[in-house]
Amino acid sequence: MIENIHFIAVALLIALGIYTLIFKRNLIKIAMGISILASGINLFLISLGYRAQGIAPIFTNAAIAASEVQAKMVLPAPQALTLTSIVISLAVTALMLSFAIIIYQKTGSLDATKSRRLKG
Amino acid sequence: MNGSSVIVKVVSLAIILPALTFGLYIIAHGHLTPGGGFQGGAIIASALAIFLVAFAKQASKTLRKNLLSALECLALLGFIGLSFLGLGKSFFFNFLANSGLIFGQAVPFGPNPGFINTAGVIPLMNFFVGLEVSCALTIIVLTMLKAGGDKK
Amino acid sequence: MKLAKIAFFLIFTYFLLACALLLRPFGKPAVSDMDEYFILNAQREAASNNVVASIVFDYRGLDTLGEATVLFAAVSSIVLLFRGAPK
Repeated sequence: MIENIHFIAVALLIALGIYTLIFKRNLIKIAMGISILASGINLFLISLGYRAQGIAPIFTNAAIAASEVQAKMVLPAPQALTLTSIVISLAVTALMLSFAIIIYQKTGSLDATKSRRLKG
Repeated sequence: MNGSSVIVKVVSLAIILPALTFGLYIIAHGHLTPGGGFQGGAIIASALAIFLVAFAKQASKTLRKNLLSALECLALLGFIGLSFLGLGKSFFFNFLANSGLIFGQAVPFGPNPGFINTAGVIPLMNFFVGLEVSCALTIIVLTMLKAGGDKK
Repeated sequence: MKLAKIAFFLIFTYFLLACALLLRPFGKPAVSDMDEYFILNAQREAASNNVVASIVFDYRGLDTLGEATVLFAAVSSIVLLFRGAPK
Protein backbone atom coordinates (compact mmCIF):
# COMPACT_ATOMS: atom_id res chain seq x y z
CA MET A 1 0.00 0.00 0.00
CA ILE A 2 2.88 2.38 0.67
CA GLU A 3 4.32 1.64 -2.75
CA ASN A 4 1.44 3.57 -4.37
CA ILE A 5 2.59 6.78 -2.72
CA HIS A 6 2.67 8.68 -6.01
CA PHE A 7 -1.04 8.07 -6.54
CA ILE A 8 -1.82 9.07 -2.94
CA ALA A 9 0.06 12.35 -3.57
CA VAL A 10 -2.04 12.89 -6.72
CA ALA A 11 -5.25 12.32 -4.74
CA LEU A 12 -4.16 14.80 -2.05
CA LEU A 13 -3.24 17.46 -4.63
CA ILE A 14 -6.60 17.15 -6.42
CA ALA A 15 -8.47 17.25 -3.10
CA LEU A 16 -6.55 20.42 -2.13
CA GLY A 17 -7.49 22.07 -5.42
CA ILE A 18 -11.18 21.17 -5.04
CA TYR A 19 -11.19 22.44 -1.44
CA THR A 20 -9.91 25.82 -2.60
CA LEU A 21 -12.52 25.98 -5.34
CA ILE A 22 -15.43 25.23 -2.98
CA PHE A 23 -14.60 27.11 0.19
CA LYS A 24 -12.61 30.23 -0.77
CA ARG A 25 -13.97 33.49 -2.18
CA ASN A 26 -10.91 35.51 -3.10
CA LEU A 27 -10.23 35.47 -6.85
CA ILE A 28 -6.45 35.05 -6.49
CA LYS A 29 -6.94 32.05 -4.19
CA ILE A 30 -9.30 30.43 -6.71
CA ALA A 31 -6.67 30.91 -9.45
CA MET A 32 -4.07 29.27 -7.22
CA GLY A 33 -6.43 26.36 -6.57
CA ILE A 34 -6.93 25.72 -10.28
CA SER A 35 -3.16 25.78 -10.79
CA ILE A 36 -2.65 23.18 -8.02
CA LEU A 37 -5.35 21.01 -9.62
CA ALA A 38 -3.56 21.14 -12.99
CA SER A 39 -0.25 20.17 -11.34
CA GLY A 40 -1.88 17.14 -9.71
CA ILE A 41 -3.26 15.94 -13.04
CA ASN A 42 0.13 16.32 -14.78
CA LEU A 43 1.79 14.27 -12.03
CA PHE A 44 -0.84 11.56 -12.52
CA LEU A 45 -0.19 11.38 -16.27
CA ILE A 46 3.56 10.96 -15.85
CA SER A 47 3.42 8.40 -13.03
CA LEU A 48 1.14 6.15 -15.08
CA GLY A 49 3.97 5.26 -17.45
CA TYR A 50 6.77 4.37 -15.06
CA ARG A 51 8.48 1.00 -15.29
CA ALA A 52 10.30 -0.30 -12.19
CA GLN A 53 14.14 -0.10 -12.47
CA GLY A 54 13.75 1.76 -15.74
CA ILE A 55 15.83 4.38 -17.55
CA ALA A 56 14.82 7.45 -19.53
CA PRO A 57 13.66 6.84 -23.14
CA ILE A 58 16.74 8.46 -24.66
CA PHE A 59 19.40 6.60 -26.61
CA THR A 60 22.29 9.06 -26.05
CA ASN A 61 24.85 7.40 -23.71
CA ALA A 62 22.26 4.97 -22.41
CA ALA A 63 23.73 2.54 -19.90
CA ILE A 64 22.12 -0.64 -21.24
CA ALA A 65 22.74 -3.00 -24.14
CA ALA A 66 20.81 -2.82 -27.39
CA SER A 67 18.95 -6.08 -26.73
CA GLU A 68 17.18 -5.13 -23.51
CA VAL A 69 16.01 -1.73 -24.72
CA GLN A 70 12.44 -2.96 -24.93
CA ALA A 71 12.24 -4.20 -21.33
CA LYS A 72 13.93 -1.37 -19.49
CA MET A 73 12.83 1.89 -21.06
CA VAL A 74 10.07 3.93 -19.50
CA LEU A 75 6.98 4.52 -21.68
CA PRO A 76 7.58 7.72 -23.71
CA ALA A 77 4.02 8.54 -24.84
CA PRO A 78 2.58 9.93 -21.55
CA GLN A 79 5.59 12.22 -21.21
CA ALA A 80 4.94 13.73 -24.62
CA LEU A 81 1.29 14.44 -23.78
CA THR A 82 2.17 15.94 -20.39
CA LEU A 83 4.31 18.56 -22.17
CA THR A 84 1.25 19.83 -24.01
CA SER A 85 -0.82 19.80 -20.83
CA ILE A 86 1.71 21.88 -18.88
CA VAL A 87 1.78 24.61 -21.54
CA ILE A 88 -2.02 24.75 -21.72
CA SER A 89 -2.37 25.04 -17.93
CA LEU A 90 0.15 27.91 -18.01
CA ALA A 91 -1.97 29.76 -20.58
CA VAL A 92 -5.14 29.23 -18.48
CA THR A 93 -3.47 30.55 -15.30
CA ALA A 94 -2.15 33.65 -17.07
CA LEU A 95 -5.60 34.44 -18.51
CA MET A 96 -7.31 33.97 -15.11
CA LEU A 97 -4.90 36.33 -13.37
CA SER A 98 -5.49 38.95 -16.08
CA PHE A 99 -9.22 38.69 -15.47
CA ALA A 100 -8.63 39.21 -11.75
CA ILE A 101 -6.65 42.40 -12.45
CA ILE A 102 -9.37 43.77 -14.76
CA ILE A 103 -12.17 42.97 -12.28
CA TYR A 104 -10.29 44.73 -9.50
CA GLN A 105 -9.72 47.79 -11.66
CA LYS A 106 -13.40 48.01 -12.66
CA THR A 107 -15.26 47.13 -9.43
CA GLY A 108 -12.73 47.74 -6.66
CA SER A 109 -13.00 44.43 -4.80
CA LEU A 110 -11.62 40.92 -5.28
CA ASP A 111 -14.60 39.08 -3.79
CA ALA A 112 -16.17 36.51 -6.10
CA THR A 113 -19.69 37.03 -4.69
CA LYS A 114 -19.66 40.80 -5.10
CA SER A 115 -19.11 41.05 -8.84
CA ARG A 116 -22.33 39.68 -10.27
CA ARG A 117 -23.33 42.48 -12.65
CA LEU A 118 -23.06 41.79 -16.35
CA LYS A 119 -22.61 45.39 -17.46
CA GLY A 120 -19.55 47.28 -16.34
CA MET B 1 9.17 52.08 -13.11
CA ASN B 2 12.30 52.38 -10.96
CA GLY B 3 15.19 49.98 -11.18
CA SER B 4 17.02 48.46 -8.26
CA SER B 5 20.23 49.26 -6.41
CA VAL B 6 23.72 48.54 -7.67
CA ILE B 7 24.15 45.34 -5.65
CA VAL B 8 21.01 43.80 -7.17
CA LYS B 9 22.13 44.81 -10.68
CA VAL B 10 25.57 43.24 -10.41
CA VAL B 11 24.40 39.99 -8.85
CA SER B 12 21.50 39.57 -11.27
CA LEU B 13 23.91 40.08 -14.18
CA ALA B 14 25.84 37.06 -12.89
CA ILE B 15 22.62 35.03 -13.14
CA ILE B 16 21.12 36.32 -16.41
CA LEU B 17 24.05 35.62 -18.75
CA PRO B 18 24.61 31.95 -17.78
CA ALA B 19 20.84 31.39 -17.81
CA LEU B 20 20.54 32.71 -21.38
CA THR B 21 23.38 30.45 -22.54
CA PHE B 22 21.90 27.45 -20.74
CA GLY B 23 18.52 28.03 -22.36
CA LEU B 24 20.06 28.22 -25.83
CA TYR B 25 22.00 25.00 -25.13
CA ILE B 26 18.83 23.15 -24.15
CA ILE B 27 17.02 24.36 -27.28
CA ALA B 28 19.90 23.44 -29.58
CA HIS B 29 20.39 19.87 -28.25
CA GLY B 30 16.71 19.05 -28.11
CA HIS B 31 17.04 15.98 -30.33
CA LEU B 32 19.87 14.40 -28.29
CA THR B 33 19.24 15.13 -24.60
CA PRO B 34 16.08 15.74 -22.56
CA GLY B 35 14.71 19.18 -23.33
CA GLY B 36 13.59 20.80 -26.54
CA GLY B 37 11.74 23.89 -27.63
CA PHE B 38 9.24 24.43 -24.83
CA GLN B 39 11.62 23.89 -21.93
CA GLY B 40 14.39 26.09 -23.38
CA GLY B 41 11.88 28.84 -24.21
CA ALA B 42 10.67 28.89 -20.60
CA ILE B 43 14.27 29.20 -19.30
CA ILE B 44 15.02 32.13 -21.63
CA ALA B 45 11.76 33.83 -20.60
CA SER B 46 12.71 33.51 -16.91
CA ALA B 47 16.08 35.14 -17.59
CA LEU B 48 14.39 38.00 -19.48
CA ALA B 49 11.90 38.49 -16.62
CA ILE B 50 14.76 38.91 -14.11
CA PHE B 51 16.36 41.37 -16.56
CA LEU B 52 13.11 43.33 -16.71
CA VAL B 53 12.80 43.62 -12.93
CA ALA B 54 16.42 44.48 -12.11
CA PHE B 55 17.24 46.87 -14.98
CA ALA B 56 13.97 48.72 -15.40
CA LYS B 57 14.96 51.66 -17.59
CA GLN B 58 17.33 49.88 -19.95
CA ALA B 59 14.99 46.92 -20.34
CA SER B 60 11.98 49.05 -21.30
CA LYS B 61 14.00 50.53 -24.15
CA THR B 62 15.26 47.18 -25.47
CA LEU B 63 12.28 44.87 -25.00
CA ARG B 64 9.45 46.65 -26.72
CA LYS B 65 6.14 44.95 -27.24
CA ASN B 66 6.03 45.53 -31.02
CA LEU B 67 9.41 43.87 -31.59
CA LEU B 68 8.55 40.84 -29.45
CA SER B 69 5.15 40.48 -31.07
CA ALA B 70 6.65 40.54 -34.58
CA LEU B 71 9.26 37.92 -33.60
CA GLU B 72 6.57 35.66 -32.15
CA CYS B 73 4.41 35.83 -35.27
CA LEU B 74 7.42 35.14 -37.55
CA ALA B 75 8.41 32.11 -35.46
CA LEU B 76 4.91 30.62 -35.58
CA LEU B 77 4.72 31.20 -39.36
CA GLY B 78 8.10 29.48 -39.77
CA PHE B 79 6.88 26.48 -37.77
CA ILE B 80 3.76 26.11 -39.93
CA GLY B 81 5.75 26.64 -43.14
CA LEU B 82 8.16 23.83 -42.19
CA SER B 83 5.23 21.49 -41.71
CA PHE B 84 3.89 22.31 -45.19
CA LEU B 85 7.18 21.51 -46.94
CA GLY B 86 6.78 17.75 -46.62
CA LEU B 87 3.33 17.70 -48.18
CA GLY B 88 4.45 15.22 -50.85
CA LYS B 89 3.74 12.28 -48.52
CA SER B 90 1.69 13.79 -45.69
CA PHE B 91 1.31 16.86 -43.52
CA PHE B 92 4.15 17.15 -40.92
CA PHE B 93 6.37 14.68 -42.81
CA ASN B 94 10.03 14.58 -41.76
CA PHE B 95 11.44 15.13 -45.25
CA LEU B 96 14.98 15.85 -44.09
CA ALA B 97 15.65 12.64 -42.08
CA ASN B 98 17.83 9.91 -43.69
CA SER B 99 18.51 12.10 -46.74
CA GLY B 100 21.69 13.86 -47.76
CA LEU B 101 20.67 17.45 -47.03
CA ILE B 102 21.25 19.43 -43.83
CA PHE B 103 20.56 17.44 -40.62
CA GLY B 104 20.21 14.30 -42.70
CA GLN B 105 22.56 11.67 -41.27
CA ALA B 106 21.22 8.20 -40.46
CA VAL B 107 21.47 6.78 -36.94
CA PRO B 108 22.34 3.13 -36.11
CA PHE B 109 20.09 1.32 -33.65
CA GLY B 110 21.09 1.15 -30.00
CA PRO B 111 22.82 3.45 -27.48
CA ASN B 112 25.43 5.75 -29.01
CA PRO B 113 27.08 9.09 -28.23
CA GLY B 114 24.87 11.63 -29.94
CA PHE B 115 25.54 13.07 -33.40
CA ILE B 116 24.34 16.61 -33.96
CA ASN B 117 23.82 16.25 -37.70
CA THR B 118 20.80 13.91 -37.36
CA ALA B 119 17.04 14.14 -36.76
CA GLY B 120 15.91 15.96 -39.86
CA VAL B 121 13.40 18.73 -39.36
CA ILE B 122 13.23 18.39 -35.53
CA PRO B 123 16.07 20.84 -34.58
CA LEU B 124 14.59 23.55 -36.83
CA MET B 125 11.17 23.08 -35.27
CA ASN B 126 12.78 23.23 -31.81
CA PHE B 127 14.33 26.59 -32.64
CA PHE B 128 11.07 28.12 -33.93
CA VAL B 129 9.01 26.85 -31.01
CA GLY B 130 11.61 28.05 -28.47
CA LEU B 131 11.61 31.54 -29.97
CA GLU B 132 7.81 31.65 -29.93
CA VAL B 133 7.43 30.48 -26.33
CA SER B 134 10.06 32.87 -24.94
CA CYS B 135 8.55 35.88 -26.75
CA ALA B 136 5.02 34.93 -25.64
CA LEU B 137 5.93 34.63 -21.95
CA THR B 138 7.90 37.90 -22.04
CA ILE B 139 4.91 39.70 -23.61
CA ILE B 140 2.69 38.39 -20.79
CA VAL B 141 5.11 39.68 -18.13
CA LEU B 142 5.45 43.08 -19.85
CA THR B 143 1.69 43.59 -20.22
CA MET B 144 0.91 42.69 -16.62
CA LEU B 145 3.71 44.95 -15.33
CA LYS B 146 2.49 47.96 -17.25
CA ALA B 147 -1.17 47.47 -16.32
CA GLY B 148 -0.46 47.37 -12.60
CA GLY B 149 0.22 51.07 -12.64
CA ASP B 150 3.32 52.99 -11.66
CA LYS B 151 3.62 53.00 -7.89
CA LYS B 152 6.38 55.14 -6.45
CA MET C 1 -25.73 25.00 2.39
CA LYS C 2 -22.46 24.78 4.27
CA LEU C 3 -23.27 21.24 5.43
CA ALA C 4 -23.86 20.17 1.83
CA LYS C 5 -20.48 21.60 0.77
CA ILE C 6 -18.63 19.81 3.58
CA ALA C 7 -20.40 16.51 2.88
CA PHE C 8 -19.65 16.68 -0.85
CA PHE C 9 -15.99 17.48 -0.21
CA LEU C 10 -15.56 14.59 2.26
CA ILE C 11 -17.22 12.09 -0.07
CA PHE C 12 -15.08 13.27 -3.00
CA THR C 13 -11.84 12.98 -0.99
CA TYR C 14 -12.78 9.47 0.15
CA PHE C 15 -13.48 8.54 -3.49
CA LEU C 16 -10.09 9.91 -4.60
CA LEU C 17 -8.14 8.07 -1.88
CA ALA C 18 -9.95 4.80 -2.57
CA CYS C 19 -9.12 5.09 -6.28
CA ALA C 20 -5.45 5.85 -5.51
CA LEU C 21 -5.13 2.67 -3.45
CA LEU C 22 -6.95 0.43 -5.93
CA LEU C 23 -5.05 1.38 -9.09
CA ARG C 24 -2.41 -0.79 -10.77
CA PRO C 25 0.74 -1.22 -8.67
CA PHE C 26 3.14 1.58 -9.34
CA GLY C 27 5.92 0.42 -11.65
CA LYS C 28 4.09 -2.17 -13.75
CA PRO C 29 2.42 -0.32 -16.62
CA ALA C 30 -0.14 -1.93 -18.89
CA VAL C 31 1.10 -3.58 -22.07
CA SER C 32 1.06 -0.90 -24.77
CA ASP C 33 1.78 -1.71 -28.42
CA MET C 34 2.09 1.95 -29.41
CA ASP C 35 4.98 2.59 -27.00
CA GLU C 36 6.83 -0.56 -28.11
CA TYR C 37 6.57 0.62 -31.71
CA PHE C 38 7.87 4.06 -30.79
CA ILE C 39 10.88 2.72 -28.88
CA LEU C 40 11.87 0.25 -31.59
CA ASN C 41 11.37 2.44 -34.67
CA ALA C 42 12.13 6.02 -33.63
CA GLN C 43 15.80 5.82 -34.57
CA ARG C 44 15.13 4.33 -37.98
CA GLU C 45 12.30 6.56 -39.17
CA ALA C 46 12.82 9.88 -37.41
CA ALA C 47 16.64 9.53 -37.05
CA SER C 48 16.72 11.03 -33.56
CA ASN C 49 18.11 9.75 -30.27
CA ASN C 50 15.39 11.39 -28.19
CA VAL C 51 12.21 9.30 -28.49
CA VAL C 52 10.04 11.88 -26.68
CA ALA C 53 11.13 14.68 -29.05
CA SER C 54 10.37 12.51 -32.06
CA ILE C 55 6.90 11.79 -30.66
CA VAL C 56 6.17 15.46 -29.97
CA PHE C 57 7.40 16.84 -33.29
CA ASP C 58 7.19 13.98 -35.79
CA TYR C 59 4.65 11.28 -34.91
CA ARG C 60 2.17 13.55 -33.12
CA GLY C 61 3.00 16.91 -34.65
CA LEU C 62 -0.62 18.05 -34.92
CA ASP C 63 -0.92 18.14 -31.12
CA THR C 64 2.08 20.47 -30.99
CA LEU C 65 0.48 22.69 -33.61
CA GLY C 66 -2.69 22.91 -31.50
CA GLU C 67 -0.67 23.73 -28.40
CA ALA C 68 1.23 26.54 -30.12
CA THR C 69 -2.12 27.92 -31.30
CA VAL C 70 -3.53 27.85 -27.76
CA LEU C 71 -0.50 29.73 -26.42
CA PHE C 72 -0.74 32.32 -29.20
CA ALA C 73 -4.49 32.79 -28.59
CA ALA C 74 -3.96 33.28 -24.84
CA VAL C 75 -1.28 35.93 -25.39
CA SER C 76 -3.42 37.74 -27.95
CA SER C 77 -6.40 37.89 -25.61
CA ILE C 78 -4.26 39.17 -22.71
CA VAL C 79 -2.91 42.01 -24.87
CA LEU C 80 -6.47 42.74 -26.05
CA LEU C 81 -7.83 42.89 -22.48
CA PHE C 82 -5.37 45.54 -21.34
CA ARG C 83 -5.84 47.79 -24.33
CA GLY C 84 -8.82 49.79 -22.99
CA ALA C 85 -8.67 53.57 -23.13
CA PRO C 86 -5.91 54.78 -20.80
CA LYS C 87 -7.22 58.05 -19.45
